[in-house]
Amino acid sequence: MIAYFIPPEKLGTPPMSDSPWELLPTASNHAQSLDGLYILLTAVTGISFVLVIGTMFYFMWKYKMKSEDDKTSPLTHNGKLEFAWSAIPAIFLMVFFVWGELDFVKLSSPPADSIDIHVTGQKWYWTFEYPGRPVAATTEVEDGEIAPLLVVPKGQAVRLTMTSKDVIHSFYIPAFRVKKDVVPGRYTYVWFEATELGDFPVFCTEYCGDEHSSMLAVVRVVEPEDYKAEVAAATTLEQGEGESLEQFGEKVYKAFACNSCHNTDATRKVGPGFGGLYGKSENLADGSSVEADENYIRESIMEPNAKIVAGYTPQMPSFAGQINDEQLNALIAYIKSLK
Amino acid sequence: MSDDKNHEAVEPSYLTAKKGLMSWLITVDHKRIGLMYLAATMFFFLVAGLLAIALRTELFTGQQDFMSAQTYNKVFTLHGAIMVFLFIIPSVPAAMGNFVLPLMLGAKDVAFPKLNLLSFYIYCIAAIMLVMTLLLGSLDTGWTFYTPYSKSTGSAVIMATMGAFVAGFSSILTGLNFVVTVHKMRAPGMTWNRMPLMIWALYATALIQIMATPVLAITLFLLIIERTLNIGIFDPAMGGDPVLYQHFFWFYSHPAVYIMILPGFGIISEIITVHSRKHIFGYRAIAMSSVAIAVISFIVWGHHMFVSGQSELAGVVFSFLTFAVAVPTAIKVFSWVATLYGGSIRYTTPMWYGLVFLWTFTIGGLTGVYLGTLSVDVHLHETYFVVAHFHYVMVGGTVVAFLGGLYHWWPKFFGRMYNETAGKISALLVFIGFNMTFLTQFFLGHQGMPRRYYAYLPEYEVMHQVSTIGSWILALGLFTVLGTLVMALKNGERAPANPWKAVSLEWQTASPPIEHNFHMTPRVTGSPYDFPEIDKSAGAHH
Repeated sequence: MIAYFIPPEKLGTPPMSDSPWELLPTASNHAQSLDGLYILLTAVTGISFVLVIGTMFYFMWKYKMKSEDDKTSPLTHNGKLEFAWSAIPAIFLMVFFVWGELDFVKLSSPPADSIDIHVTGQKWYWTFEYPGRPVAATTEVEDGEIAPLLVVPKGQAVRLTMTSKDVIHSFYIPAFRVKKDVVPGRYTYVWFEATELGDFPVFCTEYCGDEHSSMLAVVRVVEPEDYKAEVAAATTLEQGEGESLEQFGEKVYKAFACNSCHNTDATRKVGPGFGGLYGKSENLADGSSVEADENYIRESIMEPNAKIVAGYTPQMPSFAGQINDEQLNALIAYIKSLK
Repeated sequence: MSDDKNHEAVEPSYLTAKKGLMSWLITVDHKRIGLMYLAATMFFFLVAGLLAIALRTELFTGQQDFMSAQTYNKVFTLHGAIMVFLFIIPSVPAAMGNFVLPLMLGAKDVAFPKLNLLSFYIYCIAAIMLVMTLLLGSLDTGWTFYTPYSKSTGSAVIMATMGAFVAGFSSILTGLNFVVTVHKMRAPGMTWNRMPLMIWALYATALIQIMATPVLAITLFLLIIERTLNIGIFDPAMGGDPVLYQHFFWFYSHPAVYIMILPGFGIISEIITVHSRKHIFGYRAIAMSSVAIAVISFIVWGHHMFVSGQSELAGVVFSFLTFAVAVPTAIKVFSWVATLYGGSIRYTTPMWYGLVFLWTFTIGGLTGVYLGTLSVDVHLHETYFVVAHFHYVMVGGTVVAFLGGLYHWWPKFFGRMYNETAGKISALLVFIGFNMTFLTQFFLGHQGMPRRYYAYLPEYEVMHQVSTIGSWILALGLFTVLGTLVMALKNGERAPANPWKAVSLEWQTASPPIEHNFHMTPRVTGSPYDFPEIDKSAGAHH
């Protein structure tokens, strides 16, 4: 349940290629065959374009009007030619269809021994959950920002089981050439075997509202022997040595994506801002009012719909069972520190 | 092709026969209704075009520049919705088609003139509803209104979907009118095989409008019912299925792509033949491929959904059927190029647009093959590759054909010639600007740049900047078109009845035509492409 939405310029993944003409890195088992087909398509359509447009240019030059009295050809049709230019493209189209179909079937058939990772899409962040780990995987990116992190071992099949908590999202790793919509109320799957070490960007490619462009993540391919340690490091959210409670609280604030909806000053986002919140008297939708003390903040995180501030709609999910007491204490301390 | 005496008589044109605002507002003359549609669609083209320039300008850098994320999302939604529902769908059939269809058939009007006026006013109501969402200010769903997002966002969604729903009725009525007109009102001697290809294209379009548009209406209606009455149809939170919405939506919207492009094919068939003085190559193949495309377009909707979570088998079947639609489209392009063979090509402005169309539409068609290929589409789906592909078809195809058609028929509409030099400059600017804007987007797409992002990774910035500069050149070209055509009305030379020496019937009456089109019903004795320059004695293939 830990993640963060991240402005694209802060994601910090290295550029996937040096020039726009280049293909992306072939970082998964699916990429190589797909690139082969992509190159074939480009060659065949490129040659077709040159033939069609080249012929057009030739005719444009050759049959330019010379005088008003020009006579023109009585040609109206040619059965053999028309048959040829219907049949030959049809043959190429069938080659593309079959190749694309075979790879598509492979994309849809994860091996039985795949590593399973659970992915949740939500406005506007990804959550990667590893079996037996208490928090979702994240990593620090540029300017101290925190991004969701998918750690996968090189050379082993990984299957992502994906669902959405709100609207349709789509999970896309360009370097792996995989994409699948993430739909509320059902599970969809993506599988791959990473073949190249490194960090690559993950995009949301189904429009999902305000921060769609910032619904990003990092996929990190590591050596199989480092996999366990990397997962453990990415799925730990504890107060570090020499870190103040407020500093840890700020990490918690980002890691649980509180900032998707709450600003650190007093301004409104989806929900109220946190600046100057502590100790303030809040007017509630039912007409009563309450002082924003530790217990009110705690309740608002664990049971968000118990008290709704006037002018807002009840739409915050509960974090009960996801955030532990140490993290909660730190978060409250952080909110108290915001003036 | 017919007796030529029509334009010799002195009778006021349809523009001057009746005077005053009311004579326009309650007119049942297909020509006047066509012009009112033309003014309205051009206005919305301008509005949605300016929105597009705003979007491209925001995308000049990877960070947020002058629009917030919310504003960007509203602007791209309005750009798409206005372009699709208020400009492209009605532009060629309802505006240009209304004007030329009865003239080309040798008829006095469409079959149901009052219904024709009604469909214009229904269009106006739809336009007002869609524009109202601008004022309500919270439509940010994209033109596709995908659930459950469209259920979770602001209330303007209901107004916008109602607008699209109402626009559909206008589209259905126009389609119905055209089908009946083509069946019942062809001039004596005009067999199906002697109809101009523009008519075949409008006829195939009208069939799709009648059959597909009700599905859009039902879908949008279900969406409205779900939102207002809270009945679970598409929303998983209430037991509905969001992917079902996509099936319904694309069942209309894929055929709708052909509502948008088929009439453009018709225009190109006219322009290429008339301005190269050649009989169209493969008349039957072009006519039948229009009908084939209309039929197949109903069974390929699933290719918008390869990664949506629909079954893999469905994906495979839809991919196969999609390749089937590529063949008739390829036949058309080859036939147009072959028509140039042995011609005497006049480089008029409409002809330049026709040739620009062949370039851009060929790219649009060929890149569609990438997207029909299953595994490749998994990578390219919802990236800029798709954005580039559909703009190559919709702008490089339909809009370029529409502009060519405007120049081709402008003398007929208003009896004035435009300035050829200015027209050619506009074609050049449109060609350079368009290709600069959208060719770069194919590269962005294969590099993985997703659609509908207002901010993006730094590695995409250079290509975005080239694209944005291209869009400014394209805008300059389109304003040149506007200037040229408006100047023609003001001080253009008087156009003769038949400036292009065409054979089809709309040119056999005065420019602008008289109110009832023809003094005497024309008789048709041959093909609309039987130009006097054709050397019958050459004895080649016939």
